Amino acid sequence: MEEMTFGTILAVFEEIFGKGLFWAMVVVAALITVAYVYVLVRDREMSMRKFLLAQLSMPIGGIAAVWFVLWVTRSGLQHMGGPIDALLLLGIFGAGAVGFAILVYVAQSLVRGKQSES
Amino acid sequence: MNRFELGQLSRRGFMSLAAGGVALATTGAATQAQTVKTSARIVILGAGAGGAAIANRLADRLDGAQITVIDGRAEHWYQPGFTLIAAGLQGATYSVSQTTDWLPRGINFIADYAAEIDPEANRITTLGGERVDYDYLIVATGLTLDWDAVEGFDLAQTGPDTGITAHYAGPEQAAKTWAALDKFTDEGGVGLFGRPATEMKCAGAPLKITFLAEDIATRKGNRDKVDLTYNAHSASLFGVPVVDHRVRQLFDDRGIDYRWSHVLKAVDAGAKTATYATPEGDMTTAFDFINVIPPQRAPQVVRESGLSWADKWTDQGWIEVDQQTLRHARYANVFGIGDINGVPKGKTAASVKWHQPVVEDHLVSEIAGREGTKIFDGYTSCPLITRIGRAMLIEFDYKNHLVPSFPGVIAPLEELWVSWLMKEVALKATYNAMLRGRA
Repeated sequence: MEEMTFGTILAVFEEIFGKGLFWAMVVVAALITVAYVYVLVRDREMSMRKFLLAQLSMPIGGIAAVWFVLWVTRSGLQHMGGPIDALLLLGIFGAGAVGFAILVYVAQSLVRGKQSES
Repeated sequence: MNRFELGQLSRRGFMSLAAGGVALATTGAATQAQTVKTSARIVILGAGAGGAAIANRLADRLDGAQITVIDGRAEHWYQPGFTLIAAGLQGATYSVSQTTDWLPRGINFIADYAAEIDPEANRITTLGGERVDYDYLIVATGLTLDWDAVEGFDLAQTGPDTGITAHYAGPEQAAKTWAALDKFTDEGGVGLFGRPATEMKCAGAPLKITFLAEDIATRKGNRDKVDLTYNAHSASLFGVPVVDHRVRQLFDDRGIDYRWSHVLKAVDAGAKTATYATPEGDMTTAFDFINVIPPQRAPQVVRESGLSWADKWTDQGWIEVDQQTLRHARYANVFGIGDINGVPKGKTAASVKWHQPVVEDHLVSEIAGREGTKIFDGYTSCPLITRIGRAMLIEFDYKNHLVPSFPGVIAPLEELWVSWLMKEVALKATYNAMLRGRA
């Protein structure tokens, strides 16, 4: 790719999802991130109980992310052809897992509020 | 659920993008090329990929220029999508938008075709008789498909009933190609593929449709019912030797036959036979399915303009531009973008993308009283689909060297899922961004 600048990447993402959906996703991701920071600051600690559930839900997010990408691209695991494919798949799994974990943590914190550990 | 996951997927990317965005916002002025004040009259002939993209770029770079885009075609076609339509992966509308969707504001658009190009008088005359004088001309007409050169062939014959297909002709024909390919891979028979002996746009496309036919038949469990033959116009499957060898290997592995020096000459829809010109004389083969890709030439108006090479490609008429600057060899105020250029490589949308900064640089520099410096090295790219879900990201230059965009990461000659993702997901987005002058 020539001229692979930040602007190009942004333009490509806008074209993939459409301007509205892309920026809506950006806003949603930003809101979840802000909410995550908010509950951490509010609670002044990581709740290990909430974190445990968040961790347990990670495989769900990871598998869902992989499944979704394979589905939208009409491909399957049999099409993995080289190390970069495996790495990309792991990256998608990881991103889905971490994203979902953060969401689960934030959701628990916002719904249940601050709880004592005991 | 889907949308939610999508948001999650982009979260990390978003964070780094956001960080980059802040950095860019603070240094935005440095990354934006300077605009140049001018009253130059610039005519862009053709509003396809090359014409629309350069119109957007020049509208951004030039302050006060009179930019006129001339094109009579109301629809814009995303041609890299034709293969996906022909394989049943997308509908015909996937490739269709309106020409005017992509043009910048503040330019003059003439919805008509050129009837005459006079590079001596610096003037274009349209079919409707309008005369447009220019200081600079950018020829981005694309090419014409010479269907009449295939005897007995008519675009009205195509479809599942005859087994004759022509996905190069447009989105609707690509959809009809799928209808015929679907039937063929259900019922079986002899499938013929091939390419013309002229220069052609996307030399990988005839190979892709062959690979896809094999893959679709295999997925249906009907591979043993179909007999596939690729008719090469020369003694190779692809112009770049290393790619040729790789494709040959894959054809051997997948049981796809190939014949050298077979150029399609005639199609008989009634008898369901195709006749090929070969060094040993004409050869006729019966088919159940055939994909026709005709000889390709510069449009008549360009061939009559005096812009074509006098001693090269004389039957095709590509314009005589410098291989590196894309500036016309005899008319210094004329540039070429895209398929129309008489250069040894690069009739692909990816090449159009690489032509853009070169032509922009030389034109804007000249207007600003400087010398342009950017050069085009023949970059041509072809995400060569080998089956649904896999492709090889082939990129090469004038020297037939492989020039991978992601060296050491994405192997050009390996069938990879990531290369398929690029074709399926990122390519149209990149193309659209290019049309807007943003990539």
